[in-house]
Order: sequence, then C-alpha cells, then structure tokens
Amino acid sequence: MKNFQKYIGIIIPLLVIAGLLLYPAITGKAAARETAFTILKAIALASSLNILLGYTGYVSFGHIVFFGFGGYVGFYLLSTQGMSLWISILAGGLSSGILAFLLGKAILRLRGAYFALATIGVNEAMRAFINNFDLFGGPTGITLNFKAYLAYGGAAKALEMSFYVVGALAVLAIILSYIIRTSKFGLGLLAIRENEDAAEVMGVFAPDAKTWAYVLSAIIPGMIGVLFFFKNGNVEPHDAFPLHASIELLVMVMLGGQGTVLGPILGAFAYQGMRGYLVTSDFFKDIQLSVSGALLLIIVLFIPAGAIGWLRQRNAILRRVLA
Amino acid sequence: MTLLLQVQGVTKRFGGLQALTQVTFDLPKGQILGLIGPNGAGKTTLFNTINGVYHPEEGRILFKGQDVTNKMPYHLAKMGMARTHQIVRPLNELTVRENVMVGACFGHENQSLGKAAKIADEVLEFVGILNRADQLAGSLNVAQKKRLEMARALASHPHLLLLDEVLAGLNPSEIDGMIQMVLNIREQGITIIMIEHLMKAVMNVSDRIFVLDYGEQIAEGSPNEIVNHPKVIEAYLGDPKLAEQLMEEE
Ligand SMILES: Nc1ncnc2c1ncn2[C@@H]1O[C@H](COP(=O)(O)OP(=O)(O)OP(=O)(O)O)[C@@H](O)[C@H]1O
Ligand SMILES: [Mg+2]
Repeated sequence: MKNFQKYIGIIIPLLVIAGLLLYPAITGKAAARETAFTILKAIALASSLNILLGYTGYVSFGHIVFFGFGGYVGFYLLSTQGMSLWISILAGGLSSGILAFLLGKAILRLRGAYFALATIGVNEAMRAFINNFDLFGGPTGITLNFKAYLAYGGAAKALEMSFYVVGALAVLAIILSYIIRTSKFGLGLLAIRENEDAAEVMGVFAPDAKTWAYVLSAIIPGMIGVLFFFKNGNVEPHDAFPLHASIELLVMVMLGGQGTVLGPILGAFAYQGMRGYLVTSDFFKDIQLSVSGALLLIIVLFIPAGAIGWLRQRNAILRRVLA
Repeated sequence: MTLLLQVQGVTKRFGGLQALTQVTFDLPKGQILGLIGPNGAGKTTLFNTINGVYHPEEGRILFKGQDVTNKMPYHLAKMGMARTHQIVRPLNELTVRENVMVGACFGHENQSLGKAAKIADEVLEFVGILNRADQLAGSLNVAQKKRLEMARALASHPHLLLLDEVLAGLNPSEIDGMIQMVLNIREQGITIIMIEHLMKAVMNVSDRIFVLDYGEQIAEGSPNEIVNHPKVIEAYLGDPKLAEQLMEEE
C-alpha cells in the first residue's frame, strides 16, 4: 500500500506529460502544439525551481537566470561553433549547474528575504553582463543560421522534434524531482526547509546540501534555454533574463503547492491556462503581468514572511495555539 | 576511566555580555552530569558552545580526545553528539517518524532511509509516541514535542547526549516518565549532560553536578556536596531553608 502511494506520486505526473504530448496529435491543430510546448516548458522549469523553493525552502526571484545563461552558452555553441543540438543542450545544463555551484557558495549563506533579493541582483547583473559581452552578440544577441535546421530535417521537422525534446526534459525534471523527494538527500533538504539550525544539529551538512539543491534546480532550466532558443532561432538578453518569468515560476510553484512532485505541475498548468486566456482576451492582454503580480501578492499575503506553504503556515498558528 | 568530553577554560561573550567565564570540567564516559544554575546563568550557552552552534572566544573543547572547538554542529553530530532544545524545534511539516529519521540518517551512524525508519519506530516506542508516528510534528502538544526532541537525539545512537530542560512544562506524571527514560538511556551506555531546574529530579539522577552562576562555575561535586555548598545555597537557592525543603520534598 505504501509502495503504491509512492508510485502514484510519479505515475500521475507522468500521465499528465503523456497527455500533453498526445494533445496536439489528438486535436490536430498546429496551435495546440505551441500551447503544449509552453506548458511542458513551464512544468520543467517550475519542477526545477521546486527543488530549491519547495524542498529546501529558499525563495529565488531570479531562477530564470539559469534558463538564460545556460541557454546562451548552449546556443552560442550551436550557432557559432557548429555543435549539435544534443551537445549544446548538455553544455547549457552543465554551465548553469556550474553557475549555480559558484553562486551557491556565495549567496546561499543568506537566509530569507536576503537570499531572495540576492537572486534578483544576480539575474540583473547577468543580463547587464551579457548585454555587454561581444562574444554573445551584446544587446543584439545571436541569430541561428536557417541552414542549421537542415541537420534535423528542415525547420518544420526541427520544430516538431523540439516539442518531443521539451517533453523529454519535462519527464527528466519530474523524475529528478521525485528521486530527490524520496531520497535521504531530500529528507535533509526538507529538514533544512523546516528548521535549518535544528537540521544542522542533527547532522545535516546544510551548506553542502543547499548548494547541491541549487545546482540540481539549475541544470534543467539551462537545457530548456538552449532548446527554446534553438526553436526560436535567436536569443537576446531581453528574452533570456526576463524577471517577470521568474515571478511567474514562483506563482506556478506556490499556486500548485510547493514541496510536492505534483504541485508545480498543476500550478504550471493552471497558470499557463489562465495566462493563455488573458493574452487572447483584449481586456486582459495588457495587464496579464499585473494579474500574476496580484496573484503572487494574494498567495504571499496568506503566508507570513519566511514561511513556505499555506499548510505549514496553518501549523505555525496551530503550534502557537498549542504552546 | 576515559574522558568523553573535556571543557577547558571556555569563555563566551555576546558583545559586552560575558555569558561564560573560564568554564572547565571533564566528563567521564557513562556518567550523568547535572548542570544547574539560575535563569540566564549560561547553561544553554554552554550547550551551544559544546555542540558547535557558538564558538568560544577562549579555551578549548575536546570530544573523544579530539579538539572540536571550532567545529560546526553537523560535524559534532557526525562524531556522536546529540542534543535536545530547551525551546523545542520540531520539523513541523514533516511527520513525527520523518523527524526522527533525520536524526538517524544524518547522525554518526549515517543510516539509510530504510534502516532509519526502523530505528525511528524503535525509538518512538521507547519514548512513548509511536502511535503519533504518522502525524505531522506540528500537531503534537508540548509534552509530545519534548519526547520528539528526545527521540530525534536518541535515533542517532549518540555517545554524548545533551538534554536542555526536558522536564520543563511537563506535569508530575510526565516528569516521572521522563526521568525513568533518562535512567534507561544511561543504562544503554550513553553519557548525558542534563540541564534542569527541578532540584529533586536533577539530584536523584545525576552522578555529579556542576553549578553555573553569571557564566562562572561556582561549584562541582556530588549531589550531596552541592546541596550543602554555601556558594550554591547563596547563589542558586537563595535561602538555606529553601534548600533543605527542596531536598526533603518527596
Ligand atoms: N545569541 C545570544 N546573543 C546575545 N545574548 C545571548 C545569546 N544567547 C544567550 N544570551 C545571553 O546569555 C546569557 C545566558 O543565557 P542562557 O540562555 O545560556 O542562560 P540559561 O542558563 O540557559 O538560562 P535559562 O535557565 O533561562 O534557560 C543570558 O543573559 C542571555 O540573555
Ligand atoms: Mg537555557
């Protein structure tokens, strides 16, 4: 029974992904694939952020920096060094992981709001750096030569393939999330989330565990970045490091329920669904970001500073009542 | 007689406040050391300094003969030191069993998840809250949270156990249960330092007693020596008659 419950935790998420991958074929509409791509990308990014936010309890307002940085590195290798998409995706994931490792050593010492602020700073600093980095094309970015798609059977085939690759990356993100959630390493992260000092007293090497959680939360966003820019055919600093995308990821994770495998998936679904509606509605088109900001505010208002998750908050009140 | 812990001339300051002054004592293996003193005497600070939460400005601490003065709490946990907190620190959103598994997984035995779950159930049975194992730790009452603190510490199968006021806030029957538990733990060969305000309990349980007042050690000895020690009576008990009363209480 216990095992069955455990497996349910991974079976449902994978069924969701399978449904999304089949959705375009079932509806037969070209736009459906675009929609499904966006949702799969959001699921992969939100599930990755969840490793840091949901399991470890560290709020990052700048997680998109790993999408942008890894994406840039991989896209550079792809477009100007002639490397294959696969090598480039791996390189993108690796470079984001390395960036997270170095950043982790520097800013994971900060707790609560200070860490959150530092992550915004990192994202903005990276954007400014790339903007002035000639190798990556500075403010104009890099454009992919159309011929690069030939290696994948032409532009149309490459687009279709990208859809399945994003599905594979979403599956990878979910499996990673599940493995961490059910591992000893994950138990250490949860302990850090609940009370970092108590966790250290019980023997959790918090500085190392946090750094590895950060690295693991950064790798798939870097890979997604490469794929996304490959599909778009170009990259610019503006598209690579949008602060609002970081906030949207937070909303997705918090909306669905952080700290669970399924939560970010549902959150990504719900948020993208809402966003899709807002973008197509004339009235909401211009204010969709205000809506996501307001949504975040509403979620945050129900959570006292420093606390993660409404369930946990409810227990904090309960504890105060009991004590 | 092997010394498990040696505290040598430890001084700890918080800004201008001298929380510990030249504290020195040895703790042989297998003993229970009672640590007493008025509120604010520095007892909890001494625990925090021993287990690496704070680092002393002066002096050194040896655990199992090894200098651990500047080690972190997780290093000491890995070496076999465990503690409870005066103000309980449950991992609220985790179940009671998961809380205890953290102790077993990350303590000095470094257990796997499967083994840790088994140990957790044994230890929860021992402290008497096995029936709460699947409940969230945040939903326990204070007495149960104290037992949880104890269970987490015990799950690591420590060599040295630091107990910070495990009896505070418990009712008389809970206190008796907890005292019995401490004695049972010692039976298992675990060395204990116990901070306690309840005189009767600490006098009955301890092999030796160490008294702190304003961060200074004012006395050390057997329970009998301590209770008749003029300095202790003056500083801690205030009034000799009160001291006698406390000792005579059944
Ligand atoms: N982190 C800290 N920063 C500043 N001062 C501290 C800190 N921790 C403790 N103190 C101060 O050090 C002194 C000793 O405190 P400590 O908590 O060790 O006392 P205690 O003997 O455990 O008291 P109690 O019996 O009330 O638990 C107190 O004056 C306290 O205010
Ligand atoms: Mg204290």
